[in-house]
Amino acid sequence: MDHFWYLFAAYSIIFAAIFLYVAFMWSRQSKLEVEVRALEAKLAALGNSGANPATPEHPPAES
Amino acid sequence: MNNRFQKILGVAALVSMLVTLWMIFAWVPTEAQQGIVQRIFYFHVPCAWVSFAAFGIVAVAGIFYLWLGGQIWDDLGHAAAELGMLFCTLMLISGSIWAKPIWGTWWTWDSRLTTSFVLWLLYGGYLMMRAMFGEGEQVARLAAVVGIVAALDVPVVIVSVRLWRTIHPAVLVTRQGGHGLEDPRMIVTLLAGLVAFTILFAWMLMLRFGELRMRTRLRMLARAIILAEYRAADAAEYRVAAGNR
Repeated sequence: MDHFWYLFAAYSIIFAAIFLYVAFMWSRQSKLEVEVRALEAKLAALGNSGANPATPEHPPAES
Repeated sequence: MNNRFQKILGVAALVSMLVTLWMIFAWVPTEAQQGIVQRIFYFHVPCAWVSFAAFGIVAVAGIFYLWLGGQIWDDLGHAAAELGMLFCTLMLISGSIWAKPIWGTWWTWDSRLTTSFVLWLLYGGYLMMRAMFGEGEQVARLAAVVGIVAALDVPVVIVSVRLWRTIHPAVLVTRQGGHGLEDPRMIVTLLAGLVAFTILFAWMLMLRFGELRMRTRLRMLARAIILAEYRAADAAEYRVAAGNR
């Protein structure tokens, strides 16, 4: 079992990096989802108050 | 539909990765000269392949952005560059770990290693540029150009072992036209690794791309709210003015 630790280190680093990246991405995505829902609710409230907002379906042009 | 496909891709990535791991540690024979450390290759080569594919996507997305415009191409290029950087880093680290017991050194300025390191630096610069200058059309256009130019290094990395003298092993095709794997099971295992990493990459790309699209949507919503608030204030002002008349 010569050089076992090299093999172990290589596979551990690869899996740890991929796992951490995916976990980080997931946590960011769930935070973004909360923000999007909050903004959508705010926009809907503005729409109900008669402000005639630009809807998410027809948002102002993205620069 | 999109979400369902993403889930299926995630499960496929997990299953194919487990099958590949079983092949690497229980099925494929140990290489006679290098011993067990040769098994690093079954993940090192797929990491390289996936990073090259990612940088190819960055270049294609950059071309489409410059040609057609549209935030979607910029988001795709950004997501692919980030993942390419991750897998390129893993390729360099796993290669370095393999090199220590085999070459007796962690790093040498060999043609393949040097061109790979240049590739890593190029996309590191690309991501640093994006992080520093934020969002906007000009940054996206500059990023598209940098992404296309940087991708020109990918074919150089691939042919470097054939163009220059090198100590890096040619795994797939040697200078003599053969391949560097002595047993057919080694080739099958390497192919399984390539498939597993490709599926994993596709899944991760979908996740990251989805997140960037959501960020774009967030910016659009914020603008829509500002516009709605402005209109509401305008309407209130009009009502006050009409009441005074």
